[in-house]
Amino acid sequence: MSTSTATEHAHEDASHESHGAHAHNGPSDGTMVKIAVLLAVLTGIEIVFAEAKLGPASTWALIILMIVKFVVVVLYFMHLKFDAKLFSYLFWAGAILAVAVYAAAMACFQMFAS
Amino acid sequence: MADLAVSPVAAGHDAHDDHGAHHGSTGLSNNKLAMWLFLGSDCLLFGGLISTYMLYRGRVAEGPHPEDVYNIPFTSVSSFVLLMSSLTMVLAVTSAHRGDVKRTRLWLIATALLGATFVGGQVFEFTEMYYKGLGYTTSLFSSSFYTLTGFHGVHVTVGVIMLLSLVAITLRGRIPGNRAEVVELVGLYWHFVDIVWIVIFTLVYLIPS
Repeated sequence: MSTSTATEHAHEDASHESHGAHAHNGPSDGTMVKIAVLLAVLTGIEIVFAEAKLGPASTWALIILMIVKFVVVVLYFMHLKFDAKLFSYLFWAGAILAVAVYAAAMACFQMFAS
Repeated sequence: MADLAVSPVAAGHDAHDDHGAHHGSTGLSNNKLAMWLFLGSDCLLFGGLISTYMLYRGRVAEGPHPEDVYNIPFTSVSSFVLLMSSLTMVLAVTSAHRGDVKRTRLWLIATALLGATFVGGQVFEFTEMYYKGLGYTTSLFSSSFYTLTGFHGVHVTVGVIMLLSLVAITLRGRIPGNRAEVVELVGLYWHFVDIVWIVIFTLVYLIPS
């Protein structure tokens, strides 16, 4: 195989990978509408939990629902589930770093406050 | 009808795919890579603002407390509006990939309108809070609240401007190289604004201090 042919193949592969990163492989419009309905229902459940005022149980339920909604939007609406892994690494690195750094910072403030 | 999906310029150019995306050594679109990197870093910005609010929300020396000024039913409707704008944005992106300019434009306008409605709701909410005695410098709670939600509002406003710019560009038929990726990039930014609001809505409004 000549060098130029090998280069063409490499570019072809890159192009295929990139195509995989586009919306073509993602869910259909109908599925997206169903996901939006699910998110709306979850928001409704959140409001019910908030109004119920069940103390720590409400708080934990609200945090779990928030995480579920966050992940669903990132994976499906932002197509991260169907996209290249590198995009996932970049985004989740930032998100997890933010949670870790600020959880540590808040813990320090609580420690010094008490 | 102009085609958003297939670029005559990009066709045959080995550094582009048929959406006109520039590729680096990773074989991925450089623009998308940059956008994801930006979104990852923006998580840190909002993480800082949210944690500052969490620390200061109970610090009210004078002026109203959070439960005195929050209007949960109104904010719930605003949240629903922003959530639905994510759906219309997804539909705009899939229409762009199909090369359907008319529907792309329609969904982009719908997204911009829903985003503008959300920003309008936030302006109404801020005005209502101000008249209840919650100024920017009233307490640590008020400063951290206005800074956090204000920053988010600015992000939504920038998103609306980007959406309207895309609409104007499609009307003039000037999407560079007819690239659907431009719509996808704005879509990523828009969904990010939505996920930030998902966190703010729960931690700021629904969980009591």
